[in-house]
Amino acid sequence: MRVTFTVNGREQTADGVWEGESLLYVLRERLGLPGAKNACEQGECGSCTVRLDGVPVCACLVAAGQAEGREVLTVEGLADGGALDPVQEAFVECGAVQCGFCTPGLVVQAHDLLERVRHPSDAEIREALAGNLCRCTGYEKILDAVRLAAARRAGGADGE
Amino acid sequence: MDFLRPTTWAEALAAKADRPEAVPIQGGTDVMVELNFDRRRPEALLDLTRVAELREWETLPGYCRVGAGVPYATVIDELSGPLPGLAQASRTVGSPQIRNRGGVGGNLGAASPAGDSHPPLLAAGAVVEVESRDRGVRTVPAAEFYLGPKRSALEPDELIRAVRVPPATGPQYFSKVGTRNAMVIAVCSFAVALHPGERRVGTGIGSAGPTPLRALEAEDLLARELDWDAPLDPALARRFGELAARAAAPIDDVRGTAAYRVHAVGVLARRTLTWAWNDHREERAA
Repeated sequence: MRVTFTVNGREQTADGVWEGESLLYVLRERLGLPGAKNACEQGECGSCTVRLDGVPVCACLVAAGQAEGREVLTVEGLADGGALDPVQEAFVECGAVQCGFCTPGLVVQAHDLLERVRHPSDAEIREALAGNLCRCTGYEKILDAVRLAAARRAGGADGE
Repeated sequence: MDFLRPTTWAEALAAKADRPEAVPIQGGTDVMVELNFDRRRPEALLDLTRVAELREWETLPGYCRVGAGVPYATVIDELSGPLPGLAQASRTVGSPQIRNRGGVGGNLGAASPAGDSHPPLLAAGAVVEVESRDRGVRTVPAAEFYLGPKRSALEPDELIRAVRVPPATGPQYFSKVGTRNAMVIAVCSFAVALHPGERRVGTGIGSAGPTPLRALEAEDLLARELDWDAPLDPALARRFGELAARAAAPIDDVRGTAAYRVHAVGVLARRTLTWAWNDHREERAA
């Protein structure tokens, strides 16, 4: 079947999509957007987190046809040209990236948190990231990065 | 495989009547796992996410009507007042990403004994509203809805429209055993709901039997012996836990042994009753 939806602000069409296919597969294999990662395929790891009509979801658990006509934001849509999003910058600065596999999902999820909650507590950060598994960086630097990005947003350093 | 996308409830019912083999999909948090792992190849998927009214909830005389497509995140944000037990259970489901998609309707449709919605629905006396094009609306008490592991009273041409849950008239608690505070399929779980007007306590046991269960003997014990104007007698709370444990009928599996589950259900029952009773006493004192 044919599926048409908006990805990172641009309308995209995929043809020959199998009806049982996931949104994740369409993004990675048909639209050339490998940012969202494919790991557990059962919603356990969060590495495929994208936003569907603004809401963070596991792309592996969205049927491709359910995305028809909807808006999808992937990690590739966060940077503005060459300029990284403040959450991405904070991950780089804090060393919150090691192998990098979990990073796109964490960045998308953290980005959503900071849009909703201006001054997240540590408990709120942990809860927001509870569905994103990291197996090598260790969560401390990831928490540092989210705290840094939150502080910069709240401080207005990034124009807010 | 066909991908059916009704945009109204009438269209959805017609599609299910014409294609009873079609598998309904809403949040996808169960159905997509089965597809991704090649455990299931249905002839058709029936996407319900375009049926807007399924995502609505409303307060009607005697109950809250929660649409089958209302995600857990909405239950948590908007329904923790009238439905505290269901909201607590919703908070323990998966992760934020899962709670943004999954909801009570899918939990009922999947009818897994480990579904987190079931114990609070049983404790609150919820009723499942199902509908078919040819026979109209039918209501099934939650206690009669679960027939076996992943089997429910839903007929092949029916869809779950909503769940009707009486608003809380007293404290409600849900508690769940798992290895961490996120991404946990229950080892076992327990819900209590105090119904002070009826001098009755409702219960629900999760993940400790072929279906979600009520602890009927434990409920009867409290109906007979609980003094609603006094502090909770610790001996009575212990007996309540023992009878709740006896109502469980679990198996050994990867998440826990049957013996552990029986023990844990008893502990959860005693604790949740105690928490609820403390709140009940405080409310009366206030």
